[in-house]
Amino acid sequence: MPKILKKEKLSDLVFRYRLEAPRIAKMRKAGQFVMVRATTEGERIPLTIAHADAAQGWIEIIFQVVGKSTKILSILHEGNDIIDLAGPLGKPTHIEKFGRCLCIGGGVGTAPLYPIVRALKEAGNDVTTIIGARTANLLMLEEDMKLTSDRLFVATDDGSRGHKGFAADIVKKLLADGEKFDFSVVIGPAIMMKFTSQVTIGAGIKTFVSLNPIMIDGTGMCGGCRVTVGSETKFACVDGPEFDASKIDWDEMIKRLGAYKKQEADSLEKHNCLLTGRPT
Amino acid sequence: MNTDVKRPQAIRMKEQDPKQRVRNFQEVPFGYSNDEALAEAKRCLQCKKPLCVEGCPVAVKIPEFIKLIVDGKHVDAARKIKETNALPAICGRVCPQETQCEAKCILGKKGAPINVGHLERFCADFEMAEGGEFVMPAMKPKNGKKVGVVGSGPAGLTVAGELVKEGFDVTIFEALHEPGGVLVYGIPEFRLPKDIVRKEINYLEKLGVHLERNFIVGKTATIDGLMNEEGFDAIFVGSGAGLPSFMHIPGENSIGVYSANEYLTRSNLMKAFKDSSDTPIIKGRNVVTVGGGNVAMDSARTALRLGAASSTIVYRRTEAEMPARSAEVHHAQQEGIVFKLLTNPVAVISDKDGFVKSLRCIRMELGEPDDSGRRRPVPVKDSEFDIDCDVVIIAIGNNPNPLIPETTPDIKVSKHGTIIANEADGRTSKKHVYAGGDIVTGAATVILAMGAGKAAARSIAEDLISRK
Repeated sequence: MPKILKKEKLSDLVFRYRLEAPRIAKMRKAGQFVMVRATTEGERIPLTIAHADAAQGWIEIIFQVVGKSTKILSILHEGNDIIDLAGPLGKPTHIEKFGRCLCIGGGVGTAPLYPIVRALKEAGNDVTTIIGARTANLLMLEEDMKLTSDRLFVATDDGSRGHKGFAADIVKKLLADGEKFDFSVVIGPAIMMKFTSQVTIGAGIKTFVSLNPIMIDGTGMCGGCRVTVGSETKFACVDGPEFDASKIDWDEMIKRLGAYKKQEADSLEKHNCLLTGRPT
Repeated sequence: MNTDVKRPQAIRMKEQDPKQRVRNFQEVPFGYSNDEALAEAKRCLQCKKPLCVEGCPVAVKIPEFIKLIVDGKHVDAARKIKETNALPAICGRVCPQETQCEAKCILGKKGAPINVGHLERFCADFEMAEGGEFVMPAMKPKNGKKVGVVGSGPAGLTVAGELVKEGFDVTIFEALHEPGGVLVYGIPEFRLPKDIVRKEINYLEKLGVHLERNFIVGKTATIDGLMNEEGFDAIFVGSGAGLPSFMHIPGENSIGVYSANEYLTRSNLMKAFKDSSDTPIIKGRNVVTVGGGNVAMDSARTALRLGAASSTIVYRRTEAEMPARSAEVHHAQQEGIVFKLLTNPVAVISDKDGFVKSLRCIRMELGEPDDSGRRRPVPVKDSEFDIDCDVVIIAIGNNPNPLIPETTPDIKVSKHGTIIANEADGRTSKKHVYAGGDIVTGAATVILAMGAGKAAARSIAEDLISRK
């Protein structure tokens, strides 16, 4: 079973795990994800591969605690095994020399953006990166992004670090200053991707997003991750996870993310009660 | 001569009462008692030229195992079956015997054929429960050849079971965290208990078959990688028909519309029916399943067991054209599933948050026969009506999984995406790569996949050993 080689807490709710996974490390490309299951009764959850080293045989995943499954994952220790880890899944990001690239990460979406920034840079692009979060201690990978990108901008909703406001504000400013970009990638919460990509698409920039819908197997078997892209139904797991942002039916996508909100809240509540011994 | 010999009646298998069983996930038929099995086995005429064996895709030695039951040697009977079929407890439950061995039985000409499936299940279960310690069957010495098997469904398990006995070093690669393929994610507990599947797979592991879980061939490693870098001499692809079809009607991506694969996987593999499972499922109050195959029956019956007040099957043709086994249709009817036949969905209606409210359908009538020889259903003008529901399950079939063809450029595929392989020997266009089961035929049955697995195993042995 894959071992947790290193555990880091990036912020109150965000963790980075380095996992022993020589095969996945060897095969993975930027933009791909793995399916992770932390307990025998647990869900299978998709997490993007944030970094990997083929020679040393490890991959890194970064996740934010949002529900019971990520909570359980977060309480594992270095040296523990992850009972199930499968991948690499999904189509890799299409990387080429586009010219000037604008990479925008929101919240935990900064993690899957990181390998794409690296790959774009390695392909000889000029990369401007913007990362945003609700507040300073939810920002992640600032140092790594700074080292990899040609320029880095930071935004927080509350202004506790960088620009006070959204990443999209910075995009608007750059565009207003007359900057031109040939390609853009936006990864973050669905609502952030919807509004940020509207800005870049409005400026005529070809924009891709990486979707993270609900999945079970991640191999095309269940169709739970279906999204409407250009009036066609696509499976994010095998056709994606990256799609042309201008073609996505965002409203449907956002609704589908809420399919199990109630069950998830109940499940987390029950789990917290087990942890604290508090009666339900 | 007296031609009026009164033959003993066929022994029916006792079942859980429909009213009770729709509230639990336990198996529906109870299985034969010793006395029942003996009485049924004694009806067998022990034909010198047994037609039943011809009817079986894996040629189980049917009269021989039935004779062993008559002699009270139930464990030997199970082992007799295992000489040609590694998964008797599974086949005894899910094979369509009525169109195979039992259809050929001489007794069937004048009365009821032998219940071969019931007897197969009986001795397989008997061996599991009372067989005592594991006994290694006759195995050929190790021949040093390595074979990789993609997928642990019925085709892959059969290939593995056959080749390990022939002395091959066999590794099965399974994409999911639990082996069994459709046997564990698709077929529900009440029709095939997962404990039975685990025990059959456990048997293969005892024979020496290696099992790699969470290994997606095409992604975790490619076929070329396995053959060129990891020393596999041959690969068998049994990756199944994993990709669900949708109807492409408006509203199909509403919340509460599931593919049968997703609905059944949530319930079966991820155990969403248990409180302790973290995988959620929408437990619909009024559930509509679209389709007329076994998977549609499984879905509609699962919905009842998850607590639905009503479970309806919508099918565009009539009962006569339904591809499901008649026994499954009968079970579904007994349990109170409502059949809306000659009916086809045209749209899913949802509320403002995107949750399913109803399914809009149109009535159909049968026209001229189509390519399948069945009369083509055509819509009746202005006959739309709505069925109120909160869950819709689409069970209209599956497409082949594209992962292997996409990552194995020199393997030939049909325009439907199935891998092209000879039916008789499983050979594909790529040297030392074989394929069988749903990835070749499109969605079919467990036993046909096993038959294909057997044929492929023979050619693998032939190509790697006899010819070198």
